[in-house]
Amino acid sequence: MQAKPTTNRLVIRLLAGAVFMFGFCFALVPLYDVFCDITGLNGKNFNRGPAADTRVDSSRTVKIQFVTVNPSDMPWEFRPTVRDLRVFPGEDKVTSFYAANPTGNWMVAQAVPSVTPFEAAPYLNKINCFCFDRQPLEAGSDVEMPLVFVVDPDLPEHISTITLSYALYDITGSAEVSKNSTSDDKGPASL
Amino acid sequence: MATVDIDLPHVKDDDSHHHGPAKGLGRWLYTTNHKDIGSMYLIFSLCMFMIGGMMALVIRAELFQPGLQLVEPGFFNQMTTMHGLIMVFGAVMPAFVGLANWMVPLQIGAPDMALPRMNNWSFWILPFAFLILLSSLFMPGGGPNFGWTFYAPLSTTYAPDSVTFFIFGVHIMGASSIMGAINIIATILNMRAPGMTMMKLPLFVWTWLITAFLLIAVMPVLAGVVTMMLMDIHFGTSFFNAAGGGDPVLFQHIFWFFGHPEVYIMILPAFGIISEIIPTFARKRLFGYSSMVYAVASIALLSFVVWAHHMFTVGMPLVGEVFFMFATMLIAVPTGVKVFNWIATMFRGSMTFETPMLFALAFVVLFTLGGFSGLMLAIAPADFQYHDTYFVVAHFHYVLVPGAIFSIMAAAYYWLPKWTGHVLNETMGKTHFWLSFVGVNLTFFPMHFVGLAGMPRRIPDYALQFADFNSMASVGAFIFGFSQLVFIYNVVQNVRAGQKATDRVWEGAHGLEWTVPSPAPYHTFSTPPKID
Repeated sequence: MQAKPTTNRLVIRLLAGAVFMFGFCFALVPLYDVFCDITGLNGKNFNRGPAADTRVDSSRTVKIQFVTVNPSDMPWEFRPTVRDLRVFPGEDKVTSFYAANPTGNWMVAQAVPSVTPFEAAPYLNKINCFCFDRQPLEAGSDVEMPLVFVVDPDLPEHISTITLSYALYDITGSAEVSKNSTSDDKGPASL
Repeated sequence: MATVDIDLPHVKDDDSHHHGPAKGLGRWLYTTNHKDIGSMYLIFSLCMFMIGGMMALVIRAELFQPGLQLVEPGFFNQMTTMHGLIMVFGAVMPAFVGLANWMVPLQIGAPDMALPRMNNWSFWILPFAFLILLSSLFMPGGGPNFGWTFYAPLSTTYAPDSVTFFIFGVHIMGASSIMGAINIIATILNMRAPGMTMMKLPLFVWTWLITAFLLIAVMPVLAGVVTMMLMDIHFGTSFFNAAGGGDPVLFQHIFWFFGHPEVYIMILPAFGIISEIIPTFARKRLFGYSSMVYAVASIALLSFVVWAHHMFTVGMPLVGEVFFMFATMLIAVPTGVKVFNWIATMFRGSMTFETPMLFALAFVVLFTLGGFSGLMLAIAPADFQYHDTYFVVAHFHYVLVPGAIFSIMAAAYYWLPKWTGHVLNETMGKTHFWLSFVGVNLTFFPMHFVGLAGMPRRIPDYALQFADFNSMASVGAFIFGFSQLVFIYNVVQNVRAGQKATDRVWEGAHGLEWTVPSPAPYHTFSTPPKID
């Protein structure tokens, strides 16, 4: 059959639709991050720097629990120095995590945070966090890594406990590549 | 279906001297004829159905009794993965495309597909996609073993090396599906015979039109997600790698954004087929034609906003769970409209029970059953109990095997006399039906019980208390599997010889495809038929 002009136009439109959907698939990645940031979905915690609201709400306290997770192939010792803290919303708090590299090799790790309940994720602000940077450790050495955070006073009343969990990943492989090329020591920008 | 009164069949054989098929292998390699390509799609799909079926029998043989008897757990995982991939992308989808190639031009009075050369290409890249996919089974480290849903990071960080071949295979079959879908839309929108208005289209054509739009919307998303996997594996990106700032849950969202419309891609054409067959054998016009069209369209639209019901347990906010729960349940409304319309079509009809009708009736009953277990799974709080158990396996096999597969069987029995010009052997057809019916129910019904009792899916071994139901399921699977040989024998006999079929074939059949001779000549509707 001879392709009529109307057919050609239709085919071009349908092809454009397919190409658009391929692009849309990739657009879902940043959209998902924005969506998670707004809703706290999936416990993703992007908040850096001081809370917008700096008044301290001393009428209530919130219990912050610290949890650490090592994926199965991560040999480091990794734990919070305190298991939990009671804080007033709006109050800056400092705590630290302990990490030790028991292996005989130089290694680089990256901590990835997650907050439970998800609803609380947008209200937990990290002013300074070891998870902002990669953490290199020489063989057999250890380090105490600081965390400065503040709970937003706008935290909903019904939340009295927040769990902040860190998973520590071994990224030595990819770190070695960038070590040789650039001196970029920053973690992933989104964290 | 709406009124389609035919003036006279417009078939010209007088210029057949240059219009017949070419001879030899070249005919099949270079053909642009919609009937040749349709046949090739159907034969290809049947081959894939047998290969995927053999993998299912490996799975069922291993699960016949508790403990590890026949295969290594690693190979078992490859079998479950490949069985799913081959049945979804190799058996069900190409079968529907094959039926569309054969029947859409015949049903709308078009001489061929709108883009015949692209049609040839979209078929011929398909065997290579599956050669690539199947060859991965023989590679070091084995084939894909991460389930047909290939969740990252299982399919990236922890995947066998052959995953790259899997990704390229998916790319090729995706390209094939998109080309096929574009072709079908262009054919339906531009090639209808004069007078064949949209609301006179047979329902098989309508359902395929909507399915084709779904394909164009979601196959590129599948291509995108496997591309992201490829980049994570080979180019150091971190789309799904938490250590690099990615998110494994994102994979599930993107996958099911493709995956849920995909399951409707596998069932909407089935709705069309059943809506053709039931009126023929009930000898009544289809009840509620326009409501059928709107129901299919609304099912297709709703399919884009329900994907997260596959992932209730990943940890979603309550609002999300409630939204996806109710959106999913909403789909039961248009689906219910369809089921009631089919029943109303049969109500007080002069029904006869030839093989296609038996398959169609089994479809209505068993698909509805699968729909009900789907509703159970849609209840978010209850889903935590059912998630990843054999209950899920029972659910989707009920909608895919006595759903999609039975509709394809029904279509084959219904239209084969038109394709080959011979009447099928009814006794063999009925034997095939009853063996399949018993086999399917014996296989999948007990899975509901073991699933509710907590047997997880995708495991080669299981606790002792599931032994009886599993051995029943295995016996059923072998009955169902081997009963397909009756079908193949019947078809082969039919192609070679058999009683001559009339042009109308079935007494109650209506529609343009029955106005051309049986077998349908190589070229039909070179001059468009008149439709009043």
